[in-house]
Amino acid sequence: MSSSIETKPQAARHASTNGRVAASVIIWVALLFVPFWLPMVGGYTDLASRALIYAIAASGLNLVLGYTGGLSFGHAAYFGLGAYGAGLCLIYIAPSLPLAILAGTVLGGIAGILVGPMAMKRKGIYFAMITIAFGQMFYFIAVRWNGLTGGEDGLTGFSRVPLHIGAQTIPLGADRFYYVVLALFAVVMAVIWQILRSPLGHSFVAVRENTTRLRFLGVAVDKQIWVAFAISTFITALAGALNAMLTGFASPDDLGWQLSGSFVVICVLGGMRSFWGPFLGAIIYIVAQDYLSSITQNWMSFIGLIFVLAVLFFPQGLLGFIKARTRS
Amino acid sequence: MNLLKLDNVGRRFGALQALKGISLSVEKGELRAIIGPNGAGKTTLFNLISGFFPPTDGSITFDGQPIVSVSPNALVKRGIIRTFQITQVFLSLSVYENLRVAVETAMGLQLSPWISRAKRAEVEAKVEELAQITRIAPKMNRIVGEMSHGDQRVVEVGIALSRHPKLLLLDEPTAGMGDEETNHMTDLIRWLNKEQGITILFVEHDMAIVFGIADKITVLDNGTMLAEGTAAEISENPRVQSAYLGNALEENAA
Repeated sequence: MSSSIETKPQAARHASTNGRVAASVIIWVALLFVPFWLPMVGGYTDLASRALIYAIAASGLNLVLGYTGGLSFGHAAYFGLGAYGAGLCLIYIAPSLPLAILAGTVLGGIAGILVGPMAMKRKGIYFAMITIAFGQMFYFIAVRWNGLTGGEDGLTGFSRVPLHIGAQTIPLGADRFYYVVLALFAVVMAVIWQILRSPLGHSFVAVRENTTRLRFLGVAVDKQIWVAFAISTFITALAGALNAMLTGFASPDDLGWQLSGSFVVICVLGGMRSFWGPFLGAIIYIVAQDYLSSITQNWMSFIGLIFVLAVLFFPQGLLGFIKARTRS
Repeated sequence: MNLLKLDNVGRRFGALQALKGISLSVEKGELRAIIGPNGAGKTTLFNLISGFFPPTDGSITFDGQPIVSVSPNALVKRGIIRTFQITQVFLSLSVYENLRVAVETAMGLQLSPWISRAKRAEVEAKVEELAQITRIAPKMNRIVGEMSHGDQRVVEVGIALSRHPKLLLLDEPTAGMGDEETNHMTDLIRWLNKEQGITILFVEHDMAIVFGIADKITVLDNGTMLAEGTAAEISENPRVQSAYLGNALEENAA
């Protein structure tokens, strides 16, 4: 009797696995051909680049927020440090795109490694407050350190340099840069995918579920949160570096708490418990921002409205809602 | 030979003396019940032994080593594992995922971003073994938060067993369970003790279970030790009868 009860979810699980594989194939194919189909529906390639960059940033954040259960509300700090790091590298060190991206990623990631242990001393809302406070600290440093960062005007004087591969020089127009972003997005998603199916990722989820149980199994919970936080800041910093390469500009707003809030909104909107949730949230957010800001200056209030409706009606995020619907 | 020894242990919370002058020793392989009315200090005693907080007086030794102010993490490594009065499991995960993360962290893999094929097979085998031992295997894919309280308790014991404990502390293992679940848990406790040789200390309110399976019983009342002995000794002890069992028997009769 019990076997007939148990085979049913097994079959459902298979069906949902197939559905998931099909969905990922569709997503990757669609992403691969963005420069061909997006203009046909009224979009432009830079918009897709921006959506992917936000998807990288939010996916990084979600490793802490959705999977480890840490309310990091200051992740823009690492996005901004990535942007400044990449810009400063281009201006002061070498005109190399890969080096600039690496420099930004490492700068933001190291900041995350250093902030992590201090933030982890507290849990819940206090953890959230500390992460915001550190974000604001970096924000004020960027605003005040005029000589290096350009102060409130932001960091300018650099641009997306061509890619040098061997003796070849490849100028990066919008389409080619999109493929650079897409390639790095793929790497990030592969890394997150691998982490989530490893013992490391399993322990992150266990931290979210029950720190007491984990602690009384002899697991150093703080260390797990630190590792999750550090990995996550590296990923978000990479997004920041790419954003600076996209816009040719690093702004103090890239570090500010409003952007941190946007990343959280993106995760919640798309679905914090879903691998593709932050990606979906980023697309909705960027498309809505682009479309709404072209028709009204008050576009933020509409984003706010979308967010409120999403939280009220799809508390698991849009993807969580879709999953629940397809299961039943 | 004793595994756990408490010498004149006390715990004070501000003005409240929760435990006072507790001296007891638990032999290797013993199945010991801790009983007493609500507020007697049973859970406080567990918290002291498992390192949740240190005692304010006295000393505790485990396996010949003093363990006062040793962290819970370190105590787990020495072999002390506990379950909680309020079940502590990973609620939104399946039984399989609960046991898997327990096994993986037991193997020290919690920082590994990848796992070899051989290690994965080892994890799977251990998860399967825990599921068989606890007889939760038929419900492997169920989400733990959607299961009965009794099943969640069994999962928690399964998680605890991933550590191969020398001393297992069970805080009210059958609380809120139906008859069938209670029997299952009682059988499991007895089996772990007799067949696996795990020393077990358990807090329990169901006197039928306590007198049925415990080798020895410690009675706490109002933060002090009222009596200690075998089931026969305890049931004949006049102090225990007047302080605790009498009331319990009357309640049962009513």
